[in-house]
Amino acid sequence: MTTEAPAKKEAEKPEEESFLSVFTRNLWSSNTVTVTFLSIVLAFVIGAVLIVVSDSEVLEKFAYFTARPGDALTASWQLISTAYSDLLKGAFGDPEAFSAWFAGTGTWQDAFSPISETLTYAAPLVFTGLSVALAFRGGLFNIGAQGQAVIGCITAGVAGFTFGLPIVLNLVVAIVAGAIGGALWGFIPGILKARTGAHEVITTIMLNYTAALFLSWLVLQKGIQDPERTDAISKAVAESAKLPSFGGVLRVHMGILLAVAVTAGVAWLLNRSSFGFELRAVGANQHAAKTAGISVAKTYALLMAVAGGLAGLGGATQVLGTAYALTPSVAGNIGFDGLLVALLGRNKPWGTLWAALLFGALRAGGNRMQSYSGISLELVTVLQALIVIFIAAPALVKAIFRLRATRLVRPGASLAKG
Amino acid sequence: MSTATVEEIGEVTAPEPFWTRQRRLGVALVLIGVLAAVLFGSLAPSEAARFTLSEDAEGAALSINGQFGAILFGIVTIITGGLLFTSFAKRYQNLLLSLGILTFVLSFLCWQVAGKFLPLVDTTSGTLQLALPLILGALAGVLGERSGVVNVAIEGQFLMGAFAGALVGTMATSVWVGLISAAVGGVIIAAILAVLSIRYLVDQTVVGIVLNLFALGVTGFLYERLMQNDASKYNEPPRLPEWRIPGLADIPVVGTVLFDTNLLVWVALGLVVLIHFGLTRTRWGLRTRAVGEHPTAADTVGIRVRGLRYMNVLLGGVVAGLGGAYFTLVATGSFTKNMTAGAGFIALAALIFGRFTPFGALGAALFFGFAQKLATYLSAVGSPVPSQFLNMLPYIATIIAVAGLVGRVRAPAADGVPYIKS
Amino acid sequence: MKSLSWPYRIREIPLKLELRGITKRFGDLVANDHIDITVEPGEVHALLGENGAGKSTLMNQLYGLLQPDEGQILVNDEPLVFRSPRDAIAAGIGMVHQHFMLVPVFTVAENIALGSEETRGGPLGWLDRRRSRRDVIETSERYGLPVDPDALVEDLPVGAQQRVEIVKALTRDVDLLILDEPTAVLTPQETQELLAVMRSLTAMGKSIVFITHKLKEVKAIADRITVVRRGKIVGTASPDTSEEELAALMVGRAVSLEVSKTPAEPGRSVLKLSGLVVDDDRGVRAVDGVDLEVRAGEVLGIAGVQGNGQTELVEAVMGLRELRAGTVELDNESLATLSTKRILRAGVGYVPEDRSHDGVVKEFSIAENLILDMYDRPPFGNAFKIDLGSVGTNAKERVEQFDIRCMSPDNAVGTLSGGNQQKVVVAREMSRPLRLLIASQPTRGVDVGSIEFIHGRIIHERDQGTAVLVVSSELDEVVGLADRIAVMYRGRVLAIVSPDTPREELGLLMAGITGNAREEETE
Repeated sequence: MTTEAPAKKEAEKPEEESFLSVFTRNLWSSNTVTVTFLSIVLAFVIGAVLIVVSDSEVLEKFAYFTARPGDALTASWQLISTAYSDLLKGAFGDPEAFSAWFAGTGTWQDAFSPISETLTYAAPLVFTGLSVALAFRGGLFNIGAQGQAVIGCITAGVAGFTFGLPIVLNLVVAIVAGAIGGALWGFIPGILKARTGAHEVITTIMLNYTAALFLSWLVLQKGIQDPERTDAISKAVAESAKLPSFGGVLRVHMGILLAVAVTAGVAWLLNRSSFGFELRAVGANQHAAKTAGISVAKTYALLMAVAGGLAGLGGATQVLGTAYALTPSVAGNIGFDGLLVALLGRNKPWGTLWAALLFGALRAGGNRMQSYSGISLELVTVLQALIVIFIAAPALVKAIFRLRATRLVRPGASLAKG
Repeated sequence: MSTATVEEIGEVTAPEPFWTRQRRLGVALVLIGVLAAVLFGSLAPSEAARFTLSEDAEGAALSINGQFGAILFGIVTIITGGLLFTSFAKRYQNLLLSLGILTFVLSFLCWQVAGKFLPLVDTTSGTLQLALPLILGALAGVLGERSGVVNVAIEGQFLMGAFAGALVGTMATSVWVGLISAAVGGVIIAAILAVLSIRYLVDQTVVGIVLNLFALGVTGFLYERLMQNDASKYNEPPRLPEWRIPGLADIPVVGTVLFDTNLLVWVALGLVVLIHFGLTRTRWGLRTRAVGEHPTAADTVGIRVRGLRYMNVLLGGVVAGLGGAYFTLVATGSFTKNMTAGAGFIALAALIFGRFTPFGALGAALFFGFAQKLATYLSAVGSPVPSQFLNMLPYIATIIAVAGLVGRVRAPAADGVPYIKS
Repeated sequence: MKSLSWPYRIREIPLKLELRGITKRFGDLVANDHIDITVEPGEVHALLGENGAGKSTLMNQLYGLLQPDEGQILVNDEPLVFRSPRDAIAAGIGMVHQHFMLVPVFTVAENIALGSEETRGGPLGWLDRRRSRRDVIETSERYGLPVDPDALVEDLPVGAQQRVEIVKALTRDVDLLILDEPTAVLTPQETQELLAVMRSLTAMGKSIVFITHKLKEVKAIADRITVVRRGKIVGTASPDTSEEELAALMVGRAVSLEVSKTPAEPGRSVLKLSGLVVDDDRGVRAVDGVDLEVRAGEVLGIAGVQGNGQTELVEAVMGLRELRAGTVELDNESLATLSTKRILRAGVGYVPEDRSHDGVVKEFSIAENLILDMYDRPPFGNAFKIDLGSVGTNAKERVEQFDIRCMSPDNAVGTLSGGNQQKVVVAREMSRPLRLLIASQPTRGVDVGSIEFIHGRIIHERDQGTAVLVVSSELDEVVGLADRIAVMYRGRVLAIVSPDTPREELGLLMAGITGNAREEETE
């Protein structure tokens, strides 16, 4: 209905346009949804090109392209379609697995394992994504989600194998420890920004690497390292500190539920709470906020601590939900991925949740694509980066698809004073 | 109005606060000096610390008793700190600061090397080699940021340069083609950065970070698809030859380091000088700085702000791409996934720590390179000091620098601000 | 067009400029609507109009920074297209912008050379600094505009920076100089000097387009006056036209510069400043020992050229700037250690001077802006959450009460006109019981209708028994509103006088000149 109403209005114009053309025009010129969709399409197209140019067999067929173009095109199409259908199957489910389940020859667990994988990969990204998104709304670019997640991994992991508390309590303590660890690591750039004006982009980048080096040192220390191993891995967290999951092939764990709850919490914090009002005011115009009595410094410090805490939760989810032990790469790339997730979600809490799910799906599908079609998982990184590049430059996407440009009237254009 | 008087108001100058930058630095130096003299001095065994002039334990060496040296140099650090604090020699502030840090490092070395030896040539040339990509990366940053475009994609440019250099270098079996391709690889990332941030006004930090991931993905993907399948066809580039300049190369230590080495060293050092004089003494430099400080002012005198920014970012891409070539054509001879491992961010740190100037970047890069070299040395000799903490040094030093704890770093005024011509 | 070579080039034909039907639109806004202007050689042509009338937009097109949507620019009857300032400069047109186009960290010589550098060749162009310096000194001597080529621009006072801008234009050998609001930041004395420079330039055959909204200066210097209103030319006038007529042309109807009000009935002393010392952002003393008192039920106006410490004074009172010495008391309680939030809560209303910078959050809705400083106070909310219901009710009431013209209170404030944005700020600050109201430049960049409304609200607030402090660089505004006037000059209050004091005397005070016959204080 919502797209129909304006369309009808338009249709009353004397130019006698067909409903369909008006509808498509409105769809094309409408912003976020179209741009997001087209960005994903574009990224997949470029990904397909990469797949083809990196396949020597198909490339050989292109050598006699002018003679028999069919060969090259068919081979390319086959390569791409198997790769991407594996991606989809790995992300959302394989129809064959479902029919096997219905026919009784397969288990429901197998049928649902792709979804489970998607949710498993998405869970930590929701937290790191929210961390970046929340900071962004307060005018801070938290590139440090990675480092905060690493510290969150450390504190959650160490709490998980140290205290030996009873069930439930042990898990709660470990999760809270993760959040506190991340919050402290986030507080450093926050307080530096508040006190000295040090740019958070620089300090958080530097703190990321500091955290990573600290972790790689820590896992080799006595009391942390698994006494039965010589490589860089810590003791495993206690059973009671693990996030409950289905077990077996279904790795999905409580973390995703926690993620949804935290998304709701962040949405409330942002839009309904006094702190949310403060941080949005500071983010949009810190001078006006300061003049209205809002302490910019306090807001920055607190905001970075909260953002760090969210990223720390992401790290905790990773350790307590999937990894179960600390290694130098335990946090993977969840902080940097969280950055992309936040950008894709346009720094809105629920948008971030959806973006994290998309990224989780890509990652889960990418695993299947790698093992079935032999296409490197790195393609997923490329796709993710490309999607965000296009999202960030909507004008570019529109130019590529020749969309009607929504005219940008820039307020405060520097010289048009009057 | 003969009776009118102009109110005489003398120039009011705010009284200088007691805790000047110099005083704070002085206190800091005294503190680390005490740490060096007491802690390093007490930990160091009373054995000879030998700094050999050759590549190994043999031959001529500078030798000092480790414990004595640690205490001696620690005391010198304390003295320089004291001199800074008392404002005794205001003019030589930077000299004193450098001396203080140098003696602190020497004190640390005396402790660590006591009873062992440190080959000076190896350390110096290792420092320079490790600093090489950092110098080039930081120079790329200088070019972009002085014209107002933030470049956090140095890491991505490194990766792309390293990858392109290895791939094309192997396919063409020519290191020179590889070198040029590395530059082109850097330019590709730079071009995306430039178009998105200058033309499409996307936040420059966002673009940079995303481009790093993009480069990581693309090179990793193609590495796994192409190079891993057939390394001899795609991933065995010829290495950059080492040239020895007769005569000059015979100077002890410096000769071997500077004149018996690869071309990239000379390119990097030459670029430092070139960009320094370019920025300060030429029309291009004046305009670049104007565009980075006040683009509207530059526009009103007819300078093409965006054009100049495009040019500088792309030139930066060339330089960073050459920095990437170091990894495959100089250091290792093959590409591996994510082989730069954060070097681009250390280059960024060197850029900031070097206050956005070419020579500052050079100094910072050498300092960071030394820290890395020392980290490998220490873990090789089984030092109790964990190498990870030495590797943290560039990052922590940069945080201290931007936080203004040791004098604030001032970025160009329009750095990161897109120029919107209405 | 230009045949002779640098630097001793003298144009054979003096420059005659003609604008024909220049039209410029920004979205739906028509900034310039078919403007026709002719500037004869050697004349000072004043372009008079309110803020936002479209004067600067017009000149930016003439200078090649913007391109007209319609119309033609003719120089000596030859139509020209200026794609960039370079083209305009080549045609002999120079401009001194209201906000100086100088790179603060460059020297004067570097700033002047920028864009047309003297080089010794080479692929990058090796700078010839000696020649650049010499050119600066030469031009500065030729036109009697002293500048130091080696000084850093950021260290220079505004008057000197303006000279640098003029020299910068003149070294490019221009014949027509556009001066955009050149006197806004100058003291009356500096203004006189500038007018003298303008006279000597026209005597040398240069023509000047003088953009301003100050009637007295126009009358003092212009040969011809073109009045612009809302993007259109509404009339031309000669310098003999009276100020009242010019003002009427400028704003569209006869305006009373007077504010109607009854005599004040001052009560207790509410705000008391003594020995106040404040530094500016660069650590230079801005307020240097100010004693002031504002009483309940009176308006104290602070007059002075902008940049004489008024901004810092107000910010210090509001807790936005650190005090270096002295005390600030509200009803005998010190404000010095309180945060801005506590000061606002103590019953102080504050209309900041720079609306879009400090007054409103443009991305926020009108409703949100209306609670910007009371968001965590009942009825709007508490320390944890905000009550959206009461925020909405409040917004509806204020929009009606303060006549804020908008589609809906949920629209972003950035979509409103300047006057309506200011009304949002005024509505926010004057909708709670106040002991003290501080209004800085309350009507800057505001349309005439809103000015009257805002002035009325300020007087209304005074009549309620609030102590009011008004800071304005528009002398007319201060004289109209204030019951007592404090004149600030270089961080000090030179005198406190009655609004009946003759203008000339106020002008001299603003220039820092005190007659010894004057009383320190007039009641």
